[in-house]
Amino acid sequence: MTAPALELRDLSVGYRARGAEALVLHGLSLSIAPGEVYGLVGESGCGKSTAAFAALRALPRNGFIRGGQVLVDGQDITALDPAGLRQLRQTKVSMVYQDPGRALNPSLTVARQIGEVYEVAGVGRSEAFSRAQAMLLKMRIAGPARVMRAYPHQLSGGMQQRVVIAMALAKNPALLVLDEPTTGLDATVEAEVLDLVQVLRHEFATSILFISHNLAVIGRMCDRVGVLYAGRLVEEGAAADLLSRPLHPYTARLIQCLPSGKRKADGRLETIPGFLPAPDDMTPGCVFAPRCEFADDRCRTIVPPLETQPGHQVACHHADRAQCTIAPAPPRLVSAPIAGAPVLRAVGLSKTYGDVRAVRDVSLALLPGETLGLVGESGSGKTTLARMLLGLEAPDPGGVIELDGRFVAGRAKSRTRADHKALQIVFQNPDSALNRSHTVRRLIGRPLARMAGLPRRQRAARLLELVGAVRLAERYLPMRPRQLSGGLKQRVAIARAFAGDPKVVICDEPTSALDVSVQAAILNLLTDLQASARVSYVFISHDLGVVRYLSDRIAVIYLGRIMEIGPVQAVFDGPHHPYTEALLSAMPGAGARIQLHGEMPSPAALPSGCVFQTRCPRKIGAICETTEPELADEAHAIRCHLPRAEMGRA
Amino acid sequence: MSERSGLGRVVRSSVFLAGLVIVLFWVGCALFGRWLVPIDPYRDDLLNTLAAPSAAHWFGTDQLGRDVFARVVVGAGPILSVAPAATLLATVAGTALGLLTGYVGGWLDTVLGRLIEVLLALPLIVVSLLVLVALGPSTITVIAVIAIIFTPLIARTVRAAVLAERGLDYVAAAELRGESAANIMFVEILPNVLPPILVETTVRLGYAIFTVASLSFLGFGIQPPSADWGLAISENYGMIVGGYWWTVSFAAAATASLVVGVNLVADGIQAALE
Repeated sequence: MTAPALELRDLSVGYRARGAEALVLHGLSLSIAPGEVYGLVGESGCGKSTAAFAALRALPRNGFIRGGQVLVDGQDITALDPAGLRQLRQTKVSMVYQDPGRALNPSLTVARQIGEVYEVAGVGRSEAFSRAQAMLLKMRIAGPARVMRAYPHQLSGGMQQRVVIAMALAKNPALLVLDEPTTGLDATVEAEVLDLVQVLRHEFATSILFISHNLAVIGRMCDRVGVLYAGRLVEEGAAADLLSRPLHPYTARLIQCLPSGKRKADGRLETIPGFLPAPDDMTPGCVFAPRCEFADDRCRTIVPPLETQPGHQVACHHADRAQCTIAPAPPRLVSAPIAGAPVLRAVGLSKTYGDVRAVRDVSLALLPGETLGLVGESGSGKTTLARMLLGLEAPDPGGVIELDGRFVAGRAKSRTRADHKALQIVFQNPDSALNRSHTVRRLIGRPLARMAGLPRRQRAARLLELVGAVRLAERYLPMRPRQLSGGLKQRVAIARAFAGDPKVVICDEPTSALDVSVQAAILNLLTDLQASARVSYVFISHDLGVVRYLSDRIAVIYLGRIMEIGPVQAVFDGPHHPYTEALLSAMPGAGARIQLHGEMPSPAALPSGCVFQTRCPRKIGAICETTEPELADEAHAIRCHLPRAEMGRA
Repeated sequence: MSERSGLGRVVRSSVFLAGLVIVLFWVGCALFGRWLVPIDPYRDDLLNTLAAPSAAHWFGTDQLGRDVFARVVVGAGPILSVAPAATLLATVAGTALGLLTGYVGGWLDTVLGRLIEVLLALPLIVVSLLVLVALGPSTITVIAVIAIIFTPLIARTVRAAVLAERGLDYVAAAELRGESAANIMFVEILPNVLPPILVETTVRLGYAIFTVASLSFLGFGIQPPSADWGLAISENYGMIVGGYWWTVSFAAAATASLVVGVNLVADGIQAALE
C-alpha cells in the first residue's frame, strides 16, 4: 500500500503571544489518500488555517508544533532541516491562499511567476516559458499568450486565482492545500474555479486538502470531510454521508444554520448559542458541551473519543441523538408588505464617474414592510445604487428619490433630519462601520440623541430597549468594538440603524463577513425587527440563498442595469433572464451549470445593445447587438428580447 | 481597554523608560536647578576665568568666571520651555489643519496642500533667521517661528491619517445621521488619529530642541545672559582652540542627551502603538 499523501498524527500546534502560549490544534489526526480530496470545514477560529500551515510547516513566526507528526508522502516533515524543507516545498507540496491578489507579485509578469517554478526545478528559461504557457492552457484560459504578458493587476480575481493554481500545480505536487480558494470571488466565478479544480484533480491526480467554511462547497468538492471545532476533529466521514446524516450535534446544527432554500415565512433559522471557547480555556469534558443541547454530566467531565461508526467517525457521547435536532422549525408570522403607496421610490437613477457608467437609469419602488433583494456580481453597481439611495453619492442630474412621496435631496448633507431618520444602513464590515474609539453605549446613544429626539431620561430607557431588541446583553455597553465578536459588532450596527425608527434600512452584505451560525442569528434578528418595526429593507447580497430567505422581491443587476425584477418565487422559478439563469445555476445543489463566456465588460466601455450580449449563452442574433431590450413595467419584468416561452425555468 | 493596554505596552518598553529617565532628569534640572546648584550660575568671577574642572568648579568656569556646572544645570530651563511650547502650538494648529484638509478635501485641500508644500520646501533655519531678523529676536518670536515652521509638517501627517479614516464606514454612518463636519472631525475621527499625532509630536519636540539650540547658537534665539546651552556654545566656541574644552563640551553633551532622550521616548511610543 502506498503512503498517504498527508498524514497528521496527534498534531498539537500553538501560538505564542506576549509571553503566553495558547494551543490552537489539540491532537489532530487525519489522513489523505493519494488522489483524494479531503475537506476541512469549521467556523473562524477553529484552527483550519493553522492545520493548513502546519501541513507545509509554514507556521507564522510565533507558531510552534507542540507534539505529533506531519507526514507528507510518508516523510515526517517536523524533523526536516531547512534544506530538506525547501526541497519539500519545491517538489511535493503547494498552497493556494484565499486572496490571489496578495499571492502574486505585483511587479512580475504572469510568465515570470509561473516560469520561476520550472526554473527552480532546473529547466531553462525558454523551456520554462513554453511550459508555463502550456500550463495556462490546462487552466482553461483562452488566449494564454495575453495572460502570460500581463501583470497581476491587469487580471480579474478569477483569472488571478487560476494563475495561482497554475503556479501551484506547475511542480506537479503530491499534495495541494487550498485554503478558502474561492471565498473572495463572485458566485459565477467561484463556480468556474471549483469546476476547474474538479477537472484538474483528475488530470493531475494530486491529493488535495480543501479548507473552507462553506459546507455547500465542501460537499460538492470533497470525497471525505473532517469537521473541526475548537482545534479538535469532532467528526469525519464521506462527504455525502456526513452532510446528509451528521452524527455530531455541532455538524448537525451547522448544516441547519444554512437557509438552503427556505423562506423567512418557513420559520427561523437554527443558530448555535454561545461562543467558541478561548484557546486557553481548560474546561474538562467535551469542548462543545457548553453549547450543546444534549450535554449531560458525562459530557462535562469526560472527553468523548473519536469513535468509528460505519463509514464515519464521531467524537460525541450522544452521536445517536444528533439526528433528533433535524426537525423543521415551525413556520412563523412575518410582516407582509403593505400594498399601496411605496415608502421609497427611485426614478431614473444613474451614476457616471468620467467614462465609467456605474449605474444606468435604475427605477424601483419599495413597499412598506417589504424586502427587496439586490443581487449582482462585484462591479455590477449594486453598492453604488445603495449609496445613491442613502445620499452618500449624488445621482446624475435627472434622478429622483422620493421617501413617502416627498422628494429628498441627492446628498445626505442637504437632507432633513426626518430623511436621515427614515433611511439608514447596515454596512458589510462592522470593523469599518463602528468607530473603534467609542463605547457601545456611545455608538448607539449618539444616533438616539441625534435622531430620536427624546429627553435624556427617556433616551436611557430607549437605549436599553434597543439593546434588548438586538439581543445584546447590557454588560457590553461599556465595551469598545474590538472587545466584541463579529456577530456582536453587527448587532451594535443594527441597533444604531434602528435608533431613529427608520422606514427603510439598506443592508449591504451584512452577513458576508460572518460565520454561518452567526449569519443565521443576524438573519433571524433582521426578520424579527421587520415584523415588529414594519421597516422595509433593501438587502444587497451575492448569496442567493440568503437573498431568497429574506426577500419578498428580487432585482438582478448587471453592469449598472436592472436585468430582471420580480417576486422571489417568480425569479427563482422562472422564466429567467439568461443572466439570472446563469447565476442560479452557480448555486450549490443546482443542476447543470451554465458557463458564461469571458468576463464582465468594463463599465467604461459598455457593449452596444443589450449589456449582457457579449456573454449571453442565449443570444438571438443581431437584434441583441443593436437594440437594448426594455424593462417593462410589470410585476415580473425581464430585460430580454427572448420570448418568455423560450426562457429557462427551474 | 485598547488605550490602556497600549499605554501599558509603552510603559513597559525599556527604550521608552530610558528616554523618560533622561528627559525627566533635565526637566528636574529646569524646574529646581536654580536651588540645587552650589554656585550662582550668573555670578562673574573675573579673577577665576577659564579655570579647568576642579573640586571647586566641577565643570570649570567660562571666560567670565561663571561656574559651567551651574550654568549647564540651569540651562535646561530656557530650552525646555521654548521647545515644548512651540511644539504644542504646532501640534494644535497642525492637527486642526490636517483634519480640515483631510476631511473636507476639495479646493480647501488643494489650496492649503500647496501652501503647506511651499512652506516645507523652504530651508528651515534660513527662514527662521529671516523672520527673527525682521521681528527682532525674543522668546515669543522664537516660539512663534518654530511653531509656524512645524505646523505644516504635523498637518501633513495628520492629513494622511485622516484620509485613511475618512474612507471608513463609520464616517459615512455619521454623515447619514446628519452630524456636522466639526463633530465628525473632532468627535469621530480625532480620537482614532491620536496615536500618529502623539508620535509626530514627540519626534517634533526633538527637532524643536535642536532648532532652538541652533538659533541660540546663531545669536537669534535665547538672549544673554541666559544660561542657555546653545548660547553657551556660541559664546565659548572660540575658546576650544586654546584648549578650554569644558566651556563648550558640557553644554553640547547636555543638548545631545536631551535630544536623544526625547527621541528614545518617541521610538518607544511608536513601537508600542504599531
